[in-house]
Amino acid sequence: MTENALLALEDGSLFYGTSIGIDGESIGEVVFNTSITGYQEILTDPSYYKQIVTLTHPHIGNVGTNSEDEESSQVFVSGLIIRDLPLVVSNWRATENLSDYLIRHKIVAIAGIDTRQLTRHLRKHGAMKACVVAGENIDAEKSVKTAKSFAGLVGMDLAKEVSTSSAYNWADGTWDIEGGIKPSSSKKEWRVIAYDFGVKRNILRILADLGCEVKVVPAQTPANEILAEKPDGVFLSNGPGDPDPCDYAITAIKEIINSGIPIFGICLGHQLLSLALGAKTSKMKFGHHGANHPVQSLDGGQVSITSQNHGFAVDEKTLPDSLRATHRSLFDDSLQGVHHNKLPVFGFQGHPEASPGPHDLKPLFNHFIELMQEHKT
Amino acid sequence: MPKRTDIKSILIIGAGPIIIGQACEFDYSGAQACKALREEGFRVILVNSNPATIMTDPEMADATYIEPVNWQTVERIIEKERPDALLPTMGGQTALNCALDLDRKGVLEKFGVEMIGAKKEAINKAEDRDLFRIAMNKIGLAMPRSEIVHNMEEAKAAIDIIGFPAVVRPSFTLGGTGGGIAYNRDEYMEICERGVEASPTNEVQVDESILGWKEYETEVVRDKKDNCIIICTIENLDPVGVHTGDSITIAPAQTLTDKEYQMMRDASIKVLREIGVETGGSNVQFAVNPENGALIVIEMNPRVSRSSALASKATGFPIARVAAKLAIGYTLDELDNEITGGATPASFEPSIDYIVTKIPRFTFEKFPQADDRLTTQMKSVGEVMAMGRTFQESLQKAIRGMETGVTGFNEIVDESSGNILEQIEKELRVPRADRLWYVADAFRHGLSIDEVFDICFIDPWFLVQIHDLVEEENKLRNEGASSLSEKRLVELKRKGFSDQRLAELADLSESDVRKLRIDKNIRPVFKRVDSCAAEFESATAYMYSTYDVECEAAPTDKQKIMVLGGGPNRIGQGIEFDYCCVQAAFAMRDAGYETIMVNCNPETVSTDYDTSDRLYFEPLTLENVLDIIHVEKPYGVIVQYGGQTPLKLARDLESAGVPIIGTSPDSIDLAEDRERFQKLLEDIGLKQPPNRTARNVEQAVKGAEEIGYPLVVRPSYVLGGRAMEIVYNEDDLRNYMDNAVAVSNSSPVLLDRFLNNAIEVDVDAISDGQDVCIAGIMEHIEQAGVHSGDSACSLPPYSLSDEVQDKIATQVGAMARALNVVGLMNTQFAIQNDDIYVLEVNPRASRTIPFVSKATGISIAKVAVNCMVGNSLASQGLTNVPVPDYYSVKESVFPFIKFPGVDPLLGPEMKSTGEVMGVGKTFGEAFAKGQLAAGEEFPREGNAFISVKEIDKEKAVIVARELSLLGYELYATSGTCKVLKAAGIKCERVNKVREGQPHIVDMLKNDAIDLIVNTTEDKKAIADSFSIRRTALQHKVFYTTTIAGAMATMEALKQRDSVGVNSLQDLHKGVIA
Repeated sequence: MTENALLALEDGSLFYGTSIGIDGESIGEVVFNTSITGYQEILTDPSYYKQIVTLTHPHIGNVGTNSEDEESSQVFVSGLIIRDLPLVVSNWRATENLSDYLIRHKIVAIAGIDTRQLTRHLRKHGAMKACVVAGENIDAEKSVKTAKSFAGLVGMDLAKEVSTSSAYNWADGTWDIEGGIKPSSSKKEWRVIAYDFGVKRNILRILADLGCEVKVVPAQTPANEILAEKPDGVFLSNGPGDPDPCDYAITAIKEIINSGIPIFGICLGHQLLSLALGAKTSKMKFGHHGANHPVQSLDGGQVSITSQNHGFAVDEKTLPDSLRATHRSLFDDSLQGVHHNKLPVFGFQGHPEASPGPHDLKPLFNHFIELMQEHKT
Repeated sequence: MPKRTDIKSILIIGAGPIIIGQACEFDYSGAQACKALREEGFRVILVNSNPATIMTDPEMADATYIEPVNWQTVERIIEKERPDALLPTMGGQTALNCALDLDRKGVLEKFGVEMIGAKKEAINKAEDRDLFRIAMNKIGLAMPRSEIVHNMEEAKAAIDIIGFPAVVRPSFTLGGTGGGIAYNRDEYMEICERGVEASPTNEVQVDESILGWKEYETEVVRDKKDNCIIICTIENLDPVGVHTGDSITIAPAQTLTDKEYQMMRDASIKVLREIGVETGGSNVQFAVNPENGALIVIEMNPRVSRSSALASKATGFPIARVAAKLAIGYTLDELDNEITGGATPASFEPSIDYIVTKIPRFTFEKFPQADDRLTTQMKSVGEVMAMGRTFQESLQKAIRGMETGVTGFNEIVDESSGNILEQIEKELRVPRADRLWYVADAFRHGLSIDEVFDICFIDPWFLVQIHDLVEEENKLRNEGASSLSEKRLVELKRKGFSDQRLAELADLSESDVRKLRIDKNIRPVFKRVDSCAAEFESATAYMYSTYDVECEAAPTDKQKIMVLGGGPNRIGQGIEFDYCCVQAAFAMRDAGYETIMVNCNPETVSTDYDTSDRLYFEPLTLENVLDIIHVEKPYGVIVQYGGQTPLKLARDLESAGVPIIGTSPDSIDLAEDRERFQKLLEDIGLKQPPNRTARNVEQAVKGAEEIGYPLVVRPSYVLGGRAMEIVYNEDDLRNYMDNAVAVSNSSPVLLDRFLNNAIEVDVDAISDGQDVCIAGIMEHIEQAGVHSGDSACSLPPYSLSDEVQDKIATQVGAMARALNVVGLMNTQFAIQNDDIYVLEVNPRASRTIPFVSKATGISIAKVAVNCMVGNSLASQGLTNVPVPDYYSVKESVFPFIKFPGVDPLLGPEMKSTGEVMGVGKTFGEAFAKGQLAAGEEFPREGNAFISVKEIDKEKAVIVARELSLLGYELYATSGTCKVLKAAGIKCERVNKVREGQPHIVDMLKNDAIDLIVNTTEDKKAIADSFSIRRTALQHKVFYTTTIAGAMATMEALKQRDSVGVNSLQDLHKGVIA
């Protein structure tokens, strides 16, 4: 094992390992994710922009990578930290091994780290600013300084950075084992405009499967442009960073809410929706990142196992009268879902689109369809 | 939804004796269920015929019935106890089948007992192959093409549709008994015939072969609000074709993308919903085509299983405990995930940050005639689990936990004989117990990963890692010890190599490598199993070792007692020792010590994380134990409770300065060392059968001449009578010496004069170093010569005079003092014409400790462990154990039915897998119950066949007379017939097999015989009568192979109407029905 890579944290902690990506340096906030499967989906999830991810499962890369498991057109993480990169890829769908994939996407990545130690450190002290560096002549002291130089995520509007620069239409449906990923054959009954704050493809695929003709628009698209298209529903996507500074989005959402059009927000979209209605958000200690999180419906008491990926959360105590809480995390009782008391507007903090993760809350998409149906009639 | 208040008492059915396919995992689940329900305030009634279990400890339930697990007996218990509900999902297939019988016979309805945990409709739907197929069809899940057949005609038609190879699975049998894979018509017809017979519904399923597909399992838990969670995924290293219980398995699944995994997760939940498992744990088995990911369902079990025990230990999520709570009305969100100290609810899916490997343990060496190919019928008797941060580490830890003498990927192919590659290819193609090691040998002999894959279909992900380990081995072998720099050593240790294996490769001793390692301060760290990949803090000290950076052991400075467990179950060492270890942990916790358990068997109660204060799930090797001791620094280590496994380490531990408490390793050695022990006996004036110790053939022959034949011969230092035989002449002896010395390596072979028709006696005693207390004297039913683990025994003795018993007690006392025993001591005697001979003494926990404890009501193991920490017997208020005024009989249970071709004859080598206990007011009643519990049903009338060896003829007359009086028609072979007729007993002669047809086997096949007494001695007679015993076994005809067993059977037959059922709690108060 040649130790040619380093993860340096802002508190001076150093973790040496072996590079499995490009030589270079990268900074971001380091977070851990406990999902056993789905590393490629995680790497390409735009919500991880400016974050360095460590995966708690020790073998990462077993199934290689393929084009179907990408949640966006690029790798968004600022770095990847794992315990072990396996010697070989074994999966019928694999087309490239993880290391080559990381190098192709110019990612700094480290293997050979005691990721459990790192995870415990983050659990105790919270998510941290960090620097990953790989190559010759690593200077630990300098790396710690570089880590500290990261501005952090609080107050950072990253949605506009990862968003599409121009609108586009989405056609693909969800993956299945026989056909892979191909345009959805569903009959298109609903016209949905999806705000791209860093949208994951699987959200769009599910919408397409459910009969939505989806148009994806840039984060900073003003409300009047949306309303002019007379959509049946508006979708607010997930995305990276702090929702609070995204005033352009909050303003636009307020206007759309007032129009009475059904709105569904996921993750950052849910936070922006809540902010638009007057709630407050705050940064969590180390956030929720995993695929095993129990979320309870406050209506029926049903527990769903959900995929989660957020470092900011809506504070339930600050919910305005117009919003009611619909879901709560059974891990820490934090707010997981809201629904407007009068309007066809709702949001969910976790990831009902899964990818990676369980499909338990896919029915939330059906609720969106129902709202559009009701709104139309 | 809170717990139900409409039910107050619950009956739990246990799994009965340990058999292949049903081992101590059901003690673990049953014990958890008892605990879970009692803490909720329910009255728990338990029935289990197996006295070796922890669940039948009288403290575990409110009323404990060690009674036969059949519907008739359970009905009597229900009638007496009137439980409101019955929980059938904790005792494996045995409990499920018993519950279905109770339902079918109207017992549940009659007494208003509700089945909770699983409804009969769900059980039927899951277990009935046809219904299951229809259900899977309905939810759109594929299954292998298959046909259901009930007879040979249907079987013939089915194979034309399915084609070869075909998989045959009998319905409603456990561990796939009677099933197999057929590659040709002959094999097919044979397996179908066997399968139809093995199935209680005479039904088998013939499946299209999907050999070579990848096999997976999911462990699912569902509550009545339809919350479903997956506790664990398990990937089999062995592809489809090998029973999952016989497969090497890995958790979590390693070669699925998230999309494929979620597809499997969705399918698992759909299966539970469709089958209608309302609450509790189930497992679903899948096969995946490695070419295109196609997913098919193989089967599901609507109950906790061996896999769920494995999943519980692998994740830290106690499935049985949670399932029990769900059965009484809770929902998952209302229950805590206790390993995090309640920080999180039970309604989540464990995430694990290590790799778990399970390797099954086989005992084919006990059954040389058995077909040792691994197929869809389970053949393993135990398993070992290991955890590591990588697959390689986890795999190599599991390997060395097996205690089969391997230290890693040791070479296995016989390089001296024939074409090596041919041999390897054969072993890769047809899986047997050792296939894993042939994979390594294949790489050593130049096969590529692709070539190996093409033969055995083990996923390349696993193959590459084994290949890498072989490369590392080659490199070390070439570069030698000098290459073991600090960096290199760390690298190898991180890949899981044991010190011992490194020593072999670098031509060093194990202690050299250890020293090298310690000098460079290369030690493992201990990480915690917390079910959540460190996302939440866990106060639970459930740990495994790994070579990584951060150590989480955080030892306390309390006074600690460490218990070394028994490792994987095998014949001769099983649940009895786990019982003892658990008792030790409980007793020491009560005594105020911090308790530490070390074990690697995932089925056990000892490896439940709350049995002791701290649990190290580690192989029981010197290296791993010393590494734990380095961190924990215990006050005392107990080696005498876990069977041979920890005993083997005693000497080395002691010389490493480890404080072993109780009887010293030197005393243990003194008792084991024939020459030293002989001297001791001479000093205190006790008798042994004439004996000699031999280190080579010539010594043996000379010794044998001195003491005379027949002889009992065995290697020293073995458990379970491994390689123990009775030899009648010099040829046999020479033959034996040639084979046995290989078995025992350098230890000598012991020769004892065999005492004909002697009564064997087992005595368990406790000593505090001063006083000795006799815990129980057990008289064996079968005469000396049958391994004590295989013979039935009675407590108190049923024929020994008080005088002989007193003498025995005195002798035990004298030996315990002479050996300075502190703790337990087991002695075996042979009584011949009132002469008492000492056969052997073992100053450690014996197999009979749990039986004696249940029979007497005194927890022998707890008392003894208190002695070890210095509490005298007097201070514990135990000067003698009162002899109960009822009889308890222990009977053994054998795996012969699983091994076609094996002779079910009893002998000096132990072959039983488990035991049952029967209690009665008379010996006959207790013995009858023991037989019933062992699954033997006495015929009440009909034809009896008698054929005995010369020495037994006198007693055969007594037996025959009794049988005749009881109304049986008698048949006998010529010699026996002559003797019986001479004694005036009406009897018909029947041909031996070699005397031509029609002969006795024909009669058996025509169901014309109902009871068999068949005793034999020399090799020829044994071979001649083999087909009688085997046919009897297959046709479920009651048979006994010893004359003493026949005599006891007569006693039992006279007890026609034994109906009393007794709880241990009543018995121990002296109340007996």
